[in-house]
Amino acid sequence: MHDERFPGLRRRGFLAATGAASLGALALTGCGSSDGPAASEGDGKPKRGGRLRAAFAGGGASETLDPHLANLFVDAARAKALFDKLADYGPDLAAEPRLATKWEANKTLDRWQVTLREATFHDGKPVTAADVLYSYRRIADPKQAFRAKASLEPIDLDASRATGERRIEFVLKRPTAEFPNVLAAFGAYIVPENASDFDKKPIGSGPFRFVSFTPGRSAVVRRYDDYWEGAPYLDELEFVIANEESARVNALLGGQVEYAHELNPTTARAHENQGQIEIVRLRNSAMQAFVMKTDRPPFDDKRVRQAFFLIADRKELVDGALSGAGEVGNDLFGKGYEYYADGLPQREQDLDQARTLLKQAGAENLKVTLDTSAVAAGFTEAASIFRDQAKKAGVTIEVKMGSKDSYWSDILDSGTLACYRSGAMPIEAHISQRLLTDSTTNATKWQYKDFDALYQQAQSTRDKTERAAVYERMQRRLYTEGGFLVWGFADWILGTARKVKGVERDAPANTLDWARFDKVWIA
Amino acid sequence: MSGLRSFVARRLLLGVAQTVAVVLLVFALTEALPGDAAVALAGDQPDPARIAAIREAMQLDRPAYERLADWAAGLLHGDFGTSLASGRPVSQYIADGFGPTLLLAALTVVLLVPLGFGLGVLAAQHAGRLIDRLVSSVTLAVYAVPEFALGVLLVSVLALQLGWLPPTAVGYGTDLLAHPAALVLPVLVLLSRPVCSLARLVRAGMVDALAAPYAVHARRYGITGARVRYAHALTNALAPAAQQLARTVDWLLCGVIVVEALFVIPGLGTVLLNAVAERDVPVVQGLAVVFGVLTVVLNLGADLVAHRFAPRAGVAA
Repeated sequence: MHDERFPGLRRRGFLAATGAASLGALALTGCGSSDGPAASEGDGKPKRGGRLRAAFAGGGASETLDPHLANLFVDAARAKALFDKLADYGPDLAAEPRLATKWEANKTLDRWQVTLREATFHDGKPVTAADVLYSYRRIADPKQAFRAKASLEPIDLDASRATGERRIEFVLKRPTAEFPNVLAAFGAYIVPENASDFDKKPIGSGPFRFVSFTPGRSAVVRRYDDYWEGAPYLDELEFVIANEESARVNALLGGQVEYAHELNPTTARAHENQGQIEIVRLRNSAMQAFVMKTDRPPFDDKRVRQAFFLIADRKELVDGALSGAGEVGNDLFGKGYEYYADGLPQREQDLDQARTLLKQAGAENLKVTLDTSAVAAGFTEAASIFRDQAKKAGVTIEVKMGSKDSYWSDILDSGTLACYRSGAMPIEAHISQRLLTDSTTNATKWQYKDFDALYQQAQSTRDKTERAAVYERMQRRLYTEGGFLVWGFADWILGTARKVKGVERDAPANTLDWARFDKVWIA
Repeated sequence: MSGLRSFVARRLLLGVAQTVAVVLLVFALTEALPGDAAVALAGDQPDPARIAAIREAMQLDRPAYERLADWAAGLLHGDFGTSLASGRPVSQYIADGFGPTLLLAALTVVLLVPLGFGLGVLAAQHAGRLIDRLVSSVTLAVYAVPEFALGVLLVSVLALQLGWLPPTAVGYGTDLLAHPAALVLPVLVLLSRPVCSLARLVRAGMVDALAAPYAVHARRYGITGARVRYAHALTNALAPAAQQLARTVDWLLCGVIVVEALFVIPGLGTVLLNAVAERDVPVVQGLAVVFGVLTVVLNLGADLVAHRFAPRAGVAA
């Protein structure tokens, strides 16, 4: 099944004898992306040349080009232009090889041989195993707080070593069947050995080379002709910062930029098919949910959680809070992603059943506080819509507005019910970061030894079908009684000038083809 | 004249005290905000271990008074400290943001003074007649429109519908002078309300003076109407106008957040907004010092002007 999505993939390596289904994630030999993005069909023949200006919301004068410090979307987009990762996520969040051409695990899945492709940094030096180890060690430095540090945690970097110029043996602390996800983790970019200052003249191996950078204002990059995947079509690319959505739209409409990231659904509706600009909706980009803390009343009783699942009218939430720009959720993360349990029936509002469950739980006339904040689009709207829905089931919800600058930290441990959202990541990463006893951001306080054991079992399972079955079991449990009430998946909305072609549409935010400018051209 | 000198000295001393008070207050308020720079930086990845590591790297684990004392000691040597979020010097933040802010403020004031005074004088000259009523009602109407609404309106009509002007200054960075067309709309929006308030003040001051016994007396002595208007009535309006002008300049220099956001001009307002969101205390404090000093100096200047033109009003320190 993997091969249908990536027709260029060839199977190779020691797993060739163990059956088709297990191959995809374990041994990839890639040239998957050389076929070009599917969405550009009908965009005509790519044309070389030109300059593209892309407007993003930014981080002000504190911005940096250090790819390991990437935090915001604009950081990730700039990092992607200048640097490469060993792997990156495809549209279904399965890892695809990038700087790595091949990865092979030993029998116990705790030692991985990774082979690098022949690629060069912008100064002409080859990308080597030493650069990879330096980059990963920099990220994992205990004295630093790089975002990807948690993702690289499975790797024992002291024991890992270069086994050749372009070969690395990664020694892991435990079996990790989804190790390629680690290589594709957000912020796990490869920088040249000993690089530490990225604001003057950062050197990477990405499709564009550095020209200039003014924090909070602009970053200019130029085509790197020797890029391993073929030089980009654009001559030059400029990232500009406009924090207000209205300013991004106006700049796009006024011809001051050719690409505007993160638009509102209302803007999209106003300009869709009006002929002035193109609206691109990246589906399944942001999970929208309410998190229930499963370790404290009232949500320590699973019947209350189940009642809340049944209170939600998901369509109304999507229409109201997301202005219809999204799809309904089914209380599971990762719709459309690899391993998603799409066989489970879509949950619908059932107020009678909800009342019955609440009664059984002795939670009639329940009063709950719902934490929300203006931290993300649609949060406050979702909170008030859900409050009204809960009222119909006899539950009183008090909506509490929190500070948007500290919201995520505030709701991690305190409160009982809160608005939540998440960008795209593999389902496995969602589980390991949020749903295990020792997860660092376990906002639902879902802490069960048997669930942890299932995760370990999945990570130790070589066969992909068997692994999928374990994930299915875990998701079934979350669907029945988990703490995430996932009501929707928001589209990520971009606007482009009409002459901009080759913008991939099947690319949830944070995946490889999202904000990817080396395949874009100006007609 | 020694009275004036001691007045200035007292005002400057008071200004220093006020600035110190502002900085202390800003520090206390920023500390009182929920979360700190580490929490803000961690964002949607609030891994407690990571937050603790960031906090340690930023030295936020030290007591607040120690951090404040360190920062104040640096300030005495002219060192504004370094940003928590980026480690870059705060002085660079302020210098980078000050250029666009100063440019906008200067352009606005250069246009504001003749426009505001001109309209005010025009209205006062024709007090009670059609021109006066026209000027008065238009200025009142424009004054009632918030900057944001006016900005959106101007952008959609002049920039997007008619295509006469660029809608934003995105990508021009500090080099705004090279793109004068991009400055038209922001300056228009910035001008709109100050012109109205200034014109109305000038008109009111002049109308008052023209109706005052001394003006009638002057006319009886055969002094020309023009001289009465400009040499006597207008100077009467100058004192309140100067103070209004000082407030306007202060407002312009301390970062006009709405206009900066709408037109993507990276001035001091944007720097402040980001710094507060990031809980970047040294940057917020640096800006508080700059804004405090600006306010003190500008108000002092206005008081001196008022003192010169209307000495009888007296100026209390």
